[in-house]
Amino acid sequence: MSRDFTPSVLTANDLFEGDVVYLTASGGWSRMHTEAQLFHDADAAAQALAAAQGQPERLVGPYLAPAHRGPNGPEPAHFREAFRARGPSNYRHGKQADGMCRN
Amino acid sequence: MYTYSSFDHEFLKSRNAQFRAQVERRISGALTEDEFKPLRLMNGLYLQLHAYMLRVAIPYGTLNSAQMRQLAMIAERWDKGYGHFTTRQNIQFNWPRLRDVPDMLDSLAEVGMHAIQTSGNCVRNVTADHFAGAAADEIADPRPVAELLRQWSTDHPEFQFLPRKFKIAITGSPNDRAVTRAHDIGLRMVLQGDEPGFEVVVGGGLGRTPVIGKVLAEFIPEADLLPYIEAILSTYNSFGRRDNKYKARIKIMVNELGLEEVRARVARRFKTLRAEWGGADQAILRDLRAAFAPPAFRNAPTTAYDTAYAHDPVFRSFADTNLAQHRHPDYAIVTVSLKAHGATPGDATADQMRVMADLAAQYGHDELRISHEQNVILPHVHKSDLPSVHAALQSAGLATANIGLISDIIACPGMDYCALATARSIPVAQEIAQAFRARELDIGAMKIKISGCINACGHHHVGHIGILGLDRAGVENYQITLGGDGTETAALGERAGPGFAYDQIIPAIDRLITAYLDLRDSEGESFIEAFRRLGPKPFKDALYQTGGRADAA
Repeated sequence: MSRDFTPSVLTANDLFEGDVVYLTASGGWSRMHTEAQLFHDADAAAQALAAAQGQPERLVGPYLAPAHRGPNGPEPAHFREAFRARGPSNYRHGKQADGMCRN
Repeated sequence: MYTYSSFDHEFLKSRNAQFRAQVERRISGALTEDEFKPLRLMNGLYLQLHAYMLRVAIPYGTLNSAQMRQLAMIAERWDKGYGHFTTRQNIQFNWPRLRDVPDMLDSLAEVGMHAIQTSGNCVRNVTADHFAGAAADEIADPRPVAELLRQWSTDHPEFQFLPRKFKIAITGSPNDRAVTRAHDIGLRMVLQGDEPGFEVVVGGGLGRTPVIGKVLAEFIPEADLLPYIEAILSTYNSFGRRDNKYKARIKIMVNELGLEEVRARVARRFKTLRAEWGGADQAILRDLRAAFAPPAFRNAPTTAYDTAYAHDPVFRSFADTNLAQHRHPDYAIVTVSLKAHGATPGDATADQMRVMADLAAQYGHDELRISHEQNVILPHVHKSDLPSVHAALQSAGLATANIGLISDIIACPGMDYCALATARSIPVAQEIAQAFRARELDIGAMKIKISGCINACGHHHVGHIGILGLDRAGVENYQITLGGDGTETAALGERAGPGFAYDQIIPAIDRLITAYLDLRDSEGESFIEAFRRLGPKPFKDALYQTGGRADAA
């Protein structure tokens, strides 16, 4: 089963800001994709997802998003996740303006 | 225009207090997200890719200067200093924080605005011709009826949980500027003898199943209109499918039952309802007509306009593209373009909103309109004031003379903001506007409409050239449709063929435009006219470089 698992990060939106957050290896939530924990194991990822679903007081809509290893930490595998990790392309708003992404 | 009654104010106050308590209960953990989501959506609050988004209704696209100034204040105080005007005559704030939203709603209520029913499975903001009450070609101002519909549909207990969202558009003019045939109900004012009434079109819509609406009734007298619309809603509410959200819109019901059967069911329901109708709606409508009485138009010479038009080429170019004929010969309708080349279609900064509010107050009988084409309109400007208005717009970066041209593009927020999007729209619009800037007067009338997913908020099906952004195997890909039309001659564009990669879409549009310039029979033949005369083949050949046509230009 684990063999078919695509490496993923666990992401959600912050309840208060709406901003995108990622679960880190230490169990905290970071606003930077590069600080996310990259899961390689389906069971560990499912457990983390279930735990996140149990935190409605701070998170909205947690899910696993495919990612891969990069020089500065995990990088999004899909362009939608790349936009979530950076911000919109028409203005320098969101994470790219807040120093929360490294590209 | 209509000003809120004490009933409206009290309703908003209690509704906002209710939502404030719901937000507090969500934050305290008393409500789960599943419980909170439908409540926030009914109050216009979405959670998008990067942040919450608050969608505020601008009923039938009409607002006054105080309301526009309040939108500017909200943009600065709780957002990032700008707002995005949408194809449904709403404004969206892209960066609010959850805790601030109740205060934003209270600020809106101070000027008689709200975000109620801008989302959810209910009757949405009623949209109208943005030239209503000003256009030379109009039978009568449709906004009294639009306001009646707003009052009737707001918090209507029977229609808060429809099978799916429900959109009504209305026009008082034979020239359809409100895309009425692409709405769940489209209302077009018509005359029977001297009596005004409405042609009722039903089951139009874009999205994943695009349909041009069908005429359910050729003429409904004004006195019967509200019970007739209620009969349609009631029929739909009983029959409409709740088992599959993709089959839940009224257009699917019309398709499954057939137009005749829908007509018969609505007629039966209407018979019952009409008998129960006491005429209160007609009394309200009379008051609303008084509220929407035309302003006191000024009789004054238009010399300043004539002189500027004769001697100032920049003003002349603005006048030629951005003015429309007003019902009063000494007045003009001014469309303020929110499509500066390279800018985001529909966005205005707080400063720009204030400039437009000031112009409306000083020169425009205090009225502003938002068009579904994402521009702002000053509907009543005396021609002698146009040079001053133009100068003020120039200094605010709002004097782009491109209405109806290739750079006047509709684009949805797309994947830069929207959680449903499958590709970006805004950068495609920005690049097209810049790429064709030098040639746009030569290209002439052209409507390009861009959606970032099949839900078609960017109206791509009714663009002369429609562009639909999709996700193809993890890469943005853009399909082109040709020959769409959103006016009284409404037509759905047809898909040209395989899509294009993000970096190939501008060259593809360029081939289409080059072919059109080559094929038109005169400079007066627009793209859509040439397309109708020649059919899609020569345009597809140009797009896909097939058919043996030399493409060496």
